[in-house]
Amino acid sequence: MKKVIGLWFALVAVALIGMSAVQTEPGLAVGDTAPDFTLRNIDGKMVSLADFPDAKGFIVTFTCNTCPYAVMYEDRLIELHQKMAAKGYPVIAIQPNDPEVQPGDSFEKMQERAKEKGFPFAYLLDEGQEIYPAYGASRTPHVFLLDKSRKVRYIGAIDDNPQDETGVTRRYVEEAVAAMEAGNEPELTFTKAIGCTIKTKKKG
Amino acid sequence: MLKKAIRILGVVGALSLSTFLAAQEEGTPFPFTVYETYADFAPVMAQDNDTTYVINFWATWCKPCVEELPYFDSLHVNVAQKPVKVLLVSLDFRRDLTRKLVPFLAEHPLKPPVAVLLDGKYNDWIDKVSTEWDGAIPATVVYQGGKRIFHGEQFSSYSELTDLLAELKQ
Repeated sequence: MKKVIGLWFALVAVALIGMSAVQTEPGLAVGDTAPDFTLRNIDGKMVSLADFPDAKGFIVTFTCNTCPYAVMYEDRLIELHQKMAAKGYPVIAIQPNDPEVQPGDSFEKMQERAKEKGFPFAYLLDEGQEIYPAYGASRTPHVFLLDKSRKVRYIGAIDDNPQDETGVTRRYVEEAVAAMEAGNEPELTFTKAIGCTIKTKKKG
Repeated sequence: MLKKAIRILGVVGALSLSTFLAAQEEGTPFPFTVYETYADFAPVMAQDNDTTYVINFWATWCKPCVEELPYFDSLHVNVAQKPVKVLLVSLDFRRDLTRKLVPFLAEHPLKPPVAVLLDGKYNDWIDKVSTEWDGAIPATVVYQGGKRIFHGEQFSSYSELTDLLAELKQ
């Protein structure tokens, strides 16, 4: 009997290892539950999603100071927060770049930029770079729209025209929030856009 | 000797810059092909013949892209006698073509041909380049006929780039 139990455990172990090996693409897909985090905000305080018990959802946005695409979206991100936080969906900005590789994205530079632009939202540093891979963020800017229970409802760009706000025809994030508010699935749950790679120390 | 070389290079650089700028002022075309829409550009990604095409997506503002450009320069020179063609597709913004891309090319003359793709409806065309591409640059596609390899990160060495061509031939 002992032998059988031992064999059973061995089989389960092999199965588990096999499953983890199959999951080569880390990160979240629409429908997954996003992990919470505790990261330092530019005001020095630690911020978690659990700190927003009244939120109906979160616009988690991986962004930075140094990527031209992220910079083009700064004003729109401020507007988005002002519009959506009132509805219960605050923007939570996370800066994923390693400041040692990209000095323009240091905590001090984040504080400076936030002050210059008057960011009304939390701007957190992904210190140790553990959160962006857990989400599967691969570029800046990169939005993960979560509902109250942290279920991912939309992944992608803020809208369909980074270069020219006046030429925007689809406001992906706003449309997805509106769909959630109406109790529907967003029409578009995933979009792609050009962006900057996330800066990290080269492996090996 | 070195000083002289630098001086000559400086003069050549200044001349090419002034040529580019003059070309701009006279309204003559840019020193690169401009594709307004992905539909215009699509044939570049679908040439079906014996040539291997190396298509790199970059921008002047993208530091890792600029860092790997010398590898494409070397490749372009080293495959001159072979059926291999390199194309550097800039995703610089329309407003930066005269302001940034033209001076950049004057300052860093690139050996392979350069094109610009201005289509900003990224979600409509990124998958057409490669479904593996998330949109971050640099990104490179190597293809010949129906065989295609996508490389979604910066090349860390010249051999990493040539390995991709060898892989395509397998």
